[in-house]
Amino acid sequence: MGEHDHHHDHDHSDLSETELRVRALESILTEKGYVDPAALDLLIETYETKVGPRNGARVVARAWTDPAYRERLLADATAAVAELDFVGRQGEHLVAVENTPTTHNMVVCTLCSCYPWPVLGLPPVWYKSAPYRSKAVKDPRGVLKDFGFDLPAATKIRVWDSTAEIRYLVLPMRPEGTEGWSEERLADLVTRDSMIGTGLPKQPGEVD
Amino acid sequence: MDGAHDMGGVAWSGPVRPEPNEPPFHAEWERRAFALTLAMATPGGWNIDMSRFARENRPANDYLGMSYFQIWLAGIERLMLERKLIEADELAAGKVLHPAKPVARILKRDDVAAVLRRGGPTEREAKAPALFAVGDRVRAKDIHPVTHTRLPQYVRGHVGQIELLHGSHVFPDSNSRGNEDPQWLYTVTFAGSDLWPDAPDPGLTVSVDAWEPYLERV
Repeated sequence: MGEHDHHHDHDHSDLSETELRVRALESILTEKGYVDPAALDLLIETYETKVGPRNGARVVARAWTDPAYRERLLADATAAVAELDFVGRQGEHLVAVENTPTTHNMVVCTLCSCYPWPVLGLPPVWYKSAPYRSKAVKDPRGVLKDFGFDLPAATKIRVWDSTAEIRYLVLPMRPEGTEGWSEERLADLVTRDSMIGTGLPKQPGEVD
Repeated sequence: MDGAHDMGGVAWSGPVRPEPNEPPFHAEWERRAFALTLAMATPGGWNIDMSRFARENRPANDYLGMSYFQIWLAGIERLMLERKLIEADELAAGKVLHPAKPVARILKRDDVAAVLRRGGPTEREAKAPALFAVGDRVRAKDIHPVTHTRLPQYVRGHVGQIELLHGSHVFPDSNSRGNEDPQWLYTVTFAGSDLWPDAPDPGLTVSVDAWEPYLERV
């Protein structure tokens, strides 16, 4: 836990005070009849167990195996993602951007935390943090170094700042050595970060 | 408004620290604050731009001193106080001291799935033809409104190119004050070498999504 505390000390400062404040607030709002606590439970359960980057991984794996789907995804991502029944809040207007040998895409929200919930779930702390929000648009290669990898100097970086209600999903390049793999097996290679542009998919040797 | 939330390109931020296998929430209060924020929009009646302004419109030290879910919590507290759904003495005491204000509806458990599926689409019928076309060169206006805006400071005054046309969308600057006033929305690309003459990456291209009132023809 030491490392964890070090990384997210804001989230642990005044923890008990904030915890008490939220508990009191929930009880006030429940007593006033403004919230249904069972609805709160379901909202939490939805984003902890149902909506997450496995959804996006299925979209990417399908695009890797089905050329017609890939074309539909790049032409109208909202409709193509809805084919897999991933729809709704914070994914009302989706755009998919494709990595190529010459262009690497990275997505950020410098103003807050805009993120494509239906395909990636809720954003991680680093995505909402000052370092990522400030550096991604100026020094994306420095960001990639923070994530532990480099891109060839010849690869151009294209950063998408989500300042409106358009949400961006990066379509990473399919790893070599995966010819003939099923969609399901390919989905295991697709990491959350590879769909934000701060990572690459796993290589075939990195999964069972 | 020009605030601490507008972080693109600032120099003081330090390295990005990814957390391996990060969970969606790091504490029980984060779960509840998240869910309260989503649920209270139904009785509260505020929109996403009002929520954003309630979070960002605060002194830099306050904004930077809070974790992200603490900012969300501060945001809904402010929105509820403004509408007298809750009073300051109730927040201080941690208990109900005044009668509830009647609300039109609340978010019930049975409605959660449908509400999430519906989301909040922002595209609207266009009132006029788009002023710009893909490929046009445009300048992001050097504006500094004290109210809500989604034009980040780091592109203001810079010349870019229209790359995508997204249709007509609810305009945050007016929607944060209760008027959707839809405007054409574009993805505008800027050369990194123009935004950051001192930056180490000559091949960088950065885009923002910008509504027509943010842009002028070059």
